[in-house]
Amino acid sequence: MSEFIDALFLTAGYNAALVAIGAGLLGFAAGSTGTFLFLRKRALVSDAVAHATLPGVALSFIVMVSLGGDGRSLIGLLIGSAITAWAGLLLIEAMVRKTRLAEDTAIGAVLGVFFGFGVVLLTVIQSMSAGRQAGLEEFLLGATAGMLFQDAVLIAIGGGLTVLASWVLRRPMTMVAFDTSYASSLGYNVKQVDLAMMGLAMAVTVIGLKLVGLVLIVALLIIPAVTARFWTERSERLFWVAGILGGVAGYVGAGLSAAIPSLPTGPIIVLLSAVLFSVSLLLAPNRGALAAWVRHKRMQAAVHRRQGLLALATHHPIREKYTLRLLGSEGLVRPDGVSTDAGRALAAKIARDEHRWTVARRIHQDAGLTGQYDGLTPIDAVFTPDEIAEFDRQIGAPKPVE
Amino acid sequence: MRLGLMDHSGPELAAALGEVANSVVNPDAALSVRGVTVSYSDKPAIFSVDAEFPKASMSAILGPNGAGKSTLMKAALGIVPRLSGEIFVHGQRLETAKDKIAYVPQRASVDWDFPTSVRDVVEMGLYRQTGLFGKVTGRMKAQVMDSLDRVGMADFAERQIGQLSGGQQQRVFLARALAQSAELYMLDEPFAGVDAATERTIIGVLKNLKAEGKSVIAVHHDLATVEEYFDHVFMINVRRVAEGPVSSSFTPETLQATYGGRLAAKHLNELAIAG
Repeated sequence: MSEFIDALFLTAGYNAALVAIGAGLLGFAAGSTGTFLFLRKRALVSDAVAHATLPGVALSFIVMVSLGGDGRSLIGLLIGSAITAWAGLLLIEAMVRKTRLAEDTAIGAVLGVFFGFGVVLLTVIQSMSAGRQAGLEEFLLGATAGMLFQDAVLIAIGGGLTVLASWVLRRPMTMVAFDTSYASSLGYNVKQVDLAMMGLAMAVTVIGLKLVGLVLIVALLIIPAVTARFWTERSERLFWVAGILGGVAGYVGAGLSAAIPSLPTGPIIVLLSAVLFSVSLLLAPNRGALAAWVRHKRMQAAVHRRQGLLALATHHPIREKYTLRLLGSEGLVRPDGVSTDAGRALAAKIARDEHRWTVARRIHQDAGLTGQYDGLTPIDAVFTPDEIAEFDRQIGAPKPVE
Repeated sequence: MRLGLMDHSGPELAAALGEVANSVVNPDAALSVRGVTVSYSDKPAIFSVDAEFPKASMSAILGPNGAGKSTLMKAALGIVPRLSGEIFVHGQRLETAKDKIAYVPQRASVDWDFPTSVRDVVEMGLYRQTGLFGKVTGRMKAQVMDSLDRVGMADFAERQIGQLSGGQQQRVFLARALAQSAELYMLDEPFAGVDAATERTIIGVLKNLKAEGKSVIAVHHDLATVEEYFDHVFMINVRRVAEGPVSSSFTPETLQATYGGRLAAKHLNELAIAG
């Protein structure tokens, strides 16, 4: 535990601090950039693109070794991964455009084939004399061990540039996600905007390859945006909230991973994101599950109360136990279902509102107004006091309910 | 009245085949379509369509379901690629004239649970002016509120768009187009699924635009309101069937030619068009 606290406050040593800061920045970049993937509903494309980095990593290693290097230059590996990832993306786009294949088919094909090819190449590398110590399999799930200062600098600069580019392109990307044909009518090139968006997601993937790994990076792109959606109704806020959520998950996850070195970094960060998601799913105002449940219960109570009072007003027995309990708790009926004075008074008021509605619907035969005759909407929320006075004039004096 | 595909000789046939594509484009037309063909599969959705929509007037694009009304509009906006043909706005090529056009898509074409407010949607109409880094200035904000005011939605500026009724959503789309301050307004089924009050508001806004000298083109499906709302009609069923002023071109003959057996004679009588 104390190691974890140390890691959180960057006092666990130079390397742990480096990793925590790097993972936090990466999480922020992934969360904010991923917002647009989420809005455009392209999460799975970015998963295929991430898997398509593997053959690039392996191929660039082989090339670097055959040129006499030791093959472990991170920049070299990342450039290779970017090339095959981009090829995978273009292949998906081409399959969707030029053939009758659906996008999910193209995604599945590219993801499987590229990843399979990458695994084969990794096996080949294992058999090379230079290959055994390469540690390329760390690119699958990510690792923090052996992270260098220049790696952290790479994440910081690359992540920063990605966030900046996403922010600059936020309007075209948001507009294309919301209303593609309108964006096109304004003269935006939808295909180019989409490619830019996927290019940014690919940049995050490549930057995060070493830390989080290619298998799980899609979770870091998507989960923060989905989580942020519970807390805001505005896309610009979504960008920042998702960035912060991703940053927190990255920072804390790297801290945990540093405290318990056997925990792989990528999965821990993703699991932490999932915890933030679950908490939001349950507790968020308006969109959260708890809020929805409370709304439903309130609605149900309002319906039962109203129906119970209508039954009192028309001298019908109340049969549902829940209704009796509800009215009983307000002192409107006795346990045997007979109304109290307060209950009779309220029922009379409701009976009068029903009369008013009857008159109102005769006078105002406008669909927009009578559509509000849903049993729960109070009549004074629909009509002005002088209109209601006119209904009352036509009804005559209110009669008490015996 | 011009009624294509009935007289198989002379200039009528030439027009139907799109040969006017070579002739000089009328700069007084709000929108000129020249020999445009669009296809989504092996079958043309619209074929070699020529059309000319007059300035400062209200034009309706009419035709049965699947006849290519929306496709014609999307092709004229450059949203769907053309296999052939050219588009001119005020005599100028579409590619250089997009800032003259404001488009109101079909309401059903977007995800209304999208995290955005009414104000944000209307601001989209100004993105061409703000550019990438540009801030939305105070003058632009005023323009947004003015546009919302014109469609009676000023009080709803901060609402999330998913909380609006269908008619209110349509008004927001119209406000976004108004914010563009365009010359030509193109609306795809603006009255589909909206309430009567919204329909009155929208038609009022459009008539004001016409009075200001702007041009309006709408894909329209309600034949009963064509004469009341529009000055000019363009009737299409994959190919151009007829076009011209409502008074001379919106007739039982052109309707029959456009809709075929799908338009019952009873319906024609209800429309009570002087033949």
